[in-house]
Amino acid sequence: MNAWFSLVATLILVAILALISYLGAASASLGTLFGVVIPYVAMAIFVVGVIYRIVRWAKVPVPFRIPTTCGQAKSLPWIKADNLESPYNTWGLIGRMALEVLLFRSLFRNTKAELRDGPRVTYGSAKWLWLAGILFHYSFLTIIVRHLRFFIEPVPSFVELLSSVDGFFQILIPTVFLTDVALLAAASYLFLRRVAIPQVRYISLPADYFPLFLILGIGISGLLMRNVWKVDLYSVKQLAMGLFTLHPTVPAGINPVFYVHLFLVSVLLAYFPFSKLMHAGGVFLSPTRNMRNVNRSERWVNPWNYPVKVHTYEEYENEFRAKMKEAGIPVDKE
Amino acid sequence: MSLEKLPNPQQLMTNVNFKRLPDTPWMETPTVFREGTYSYPAAGKNLRILDLSNPRAWSPLDADWKLPDNWQEIILKGFKERLEKFRSFRLFMDICVRCGACADKCHFFIGSGDPKNMPVLRAELIRSVYRKDFTLLGKMLGRFGGGRELTIDVLKEWFYYFFQCTECRRCSVFCPYGIDTAEVTMIGRELLNLVGLNINWVIEPVANCFRTGNHLGIPPHGLVDMWEFMNDDIKDITGIHIDLPINKKGAEILFVTPSGDYFADPGTYTCMGYMMLFHELGLDYTWSTYASEGGNFGLFTSHEMIKRLNAKIYAEAKRLKVKWILGGECGHMWRVMHQYMETMNGPADFLEEPVSPFTGTKFENSKQTKMVHITEFTSDLIKHNKLKLDPSRNDRYRVTFHDSCNPARAAGLLEEPRYVIRNVCNNFFEMPENTIREQTYCCGGGAGLGNDENMEMRMRGGFPRANALRHVRDKHGVNRLLCMCAIDRATLSTLAEYWTPEVDVGGIHELVANALIMKGEKERTLDLRGEPLREGAEEEE
Repeated sequence: MNAWFSLVATLILVAILALISYLGAASASLGTLFGVVIPYVAMAIFVVGVIYRIVRWAKVPVPFRIPTTCGQAKSLPWIKADNLESPYNTWGLIGRMALEVLLFRSLFRNTKAELRDGPRVTYGSAKWLWLAGILFHYSFLTIIVRHLRFFIEPVPSFVELLSSVDGFFQILIPTVFLTDVALLAAASYLFLRRVAIPQVRYISLPADYFPLFLILGIGISGLLMRNVWKVDLYSVKQLAMGLFTLHPTVPAGINPVFYVHLFLVSVLLAYFPFSKLMHAGGVFLSPTRNMRNVNRSERWVNPWNYPVKVHTYEEYENEFRAKMKEAGIPVDKE
Repeated sequence: MSLEKLPNPQQLMTNVNFKRLPDTPWMETPTVFREGTYSYPAAGKNLRILDLSNPRAWSPLDADWKLPDNWQEIILKGFKERLEKFRSFRLFMDICVRCGACADKCHFFIGSGDPKNMPVLRAELIRSVYRKDFTLLGKMLGRFGGGRELTIDVLKEWFYYFFQCTECRRCSVFCPYGIDTAEVTMIGRELLNLVGLNINWVIEPVANCFRTGNHLGIPPHGLVDMWEFMNDDIKDITGIHIDLPINKKGAEILFVTPSGDYFADPGTYTCMGYMMLFHELGLDYTWSTYASEGGNFGLFTSHEMIKRLNAKIYAEAKRLKVKWILGGECGHMWRVMHQYMETMNGPADFLEEPVSPFTGTKFENSKQTKMVHITEFTSDLIKHNKLKLDPSRNDRYRVTFHDSCNPARAAGLLEEPRYVIRNVCNNFFEMPENTIREQTYCCGGGAGLGNDENMEMRMRGGFPRANALRHVRDKHGVNRLLCMCAIDRATLSTLAEYWTPEVDVGGIHELVANALIMKGEKERTLDLRGEPLREGAEEEE
């Protein structure tokens, strides 16, 4: 599929989704649909779907222990082993996984190869993808935690604290949160590099643009309703609490941009289990990362190991016995 | 294709530009089989020896590949089966986000600029079929969902690109989810094998190994001749006669090394190195003609074939009643010995936990498989001062060390070889850090691709390695590339000839034996290659 077609078609798709919710919410009769039914359905798909996918992976056996070793293995006592890059015990493994999941260790290694005259190839530092990835994921996490204020009354103190730190600079009123800006900036970078780097554009599918556009749409609609159209937060909280406590109500008069926000979030939730976004769960199960390099010191059992046809020594000796004897090689049967 | 037929290195790379991509989207870009960039198909006789499917004569250049009528059904059934057997495969089909971090980590992409050699796209070749046939969105959305039908053109594309990956795992070091293209390629090749698509340079060694015990198909009496020939050379160089224990029952140790070391220079010098070391130590060991192959081209065929070939290692250890197994310098062999052997053919409870007879060191890291790597064994000897070494005998050499993919990225064997090298020669220089240790580059000819007909692709794939080698040649005057892999010793020799003349290639234990002061040796004037130990020495005499 043509790269530009994928991009434009996906953008149009997300725009249509936004428009549907904008128009739908304007009609009073559909308030329940967009404010209650769809969010519930989306959440249900998300929870069931994510659990299903992870259980599905987990049920598939890991027949062989295949860690990718990125450091010195534990061998002789006087050779310093690298427990984080080639883990030999559980602590090392936890450390390796923590570095991978929390700090994107492998992505931090990234380099950029360039061809020069000669021909020569050089390797430059390339940490922008890592930085954008970190910013994106941690901003997203902070924003999700901040949103707990809509679901819990009284608002937990750590949420208050996080919000005040996030809004520390008090730019504009209401305060623009740093993480809102960071999320939009990082997602924009991830989008722009996808378009600007020819190789990445070449491999990109609609499935790569779709979540980016959704998240950008969610971020932009969130920013708009907080800082431009100033949605009535009391009503929003009423609706959110209602959803959370399973006593849904749909307060009248909430700005439709809120419904756009909520709808795009619902689409993202419902899409999540079917998409590459499942990397969030998958990274924990990756056999090249979550196994210790103790291959020669501990047994690993393959549950489906089966007998295979081999060529036995006896068959071998039967074929070569005369020649072996002639060459002075000991044989089992004279 | 011989080296002479290739354009010179400058010309070879002129058309490579990472940023210039085909005008057509990759799903619509046809695969072109160009002489020099693919390997010849397996001969029917070899498939028959192994009971593999669809033996026939065919060529990738033919329109008709003579596949079974229901080839599509066979592949999809095999696909489904493997999704249920390998979590790695299933997961790697699902979680790639196509961030592209792996793209320029592949030596074949760097050397060819072909986007389908980016690890991400290599995996997408098979992932697109996965989406179409095994995922909900792919079934519903078709192309828009990133799915595509498994057509004959797709199958041909798989054949071209899964035999253009050396399963080196470098991309998996950089992938944020550890997606390992080697896993994808291995399964891809398994599927291709189901309908009789395989290459002779893999299948013939496999067939040979199955029957004669080694890839080269050397019968037992032939092996004895080869070993004795090396022994004669040792006698000439050192004045010492060595008795070679062959298929000796009750020896303490079974020694297993790749057959490439028996057969051709410069591997034979490494083999002589082992013989001299073991003789000097008085090691109670044995060679085996039945388990005369450490390497395992089954790894490049299917998981089942790995097991079929590997079985003879433990079987022979049991028959000969040895205590433990020592393994020589080889790359992919150590992927198998380290990550597959014990799971496939163990437990080896008839063996004992390996202990060095000279230092008393318990090789705790091998207590389950009972198989020790030669550089672990030798570095332990050196550490305990059990060897008399004169590193100045290697002063002619200014050496660098190529980490072979599998010892580095599948076993984490990084320091042991370096420790040995530093103790047997005085001039050791590392290549740049992006090209060694866990980031090491493939020789360009691993995973069965080191054949002559694939020469252009080998020289392209080996370019990043050669580039780093040229750097240390120019900066430090390096003239010897060391490696501990039999495939490397063969393929890097050609690579160096093409990219970095003046550098030759050899194994670590060749230099160990050069430096080894042996009891009763005559004054050494020649190294293992029969060349004067010191420059100008001949004239002095």
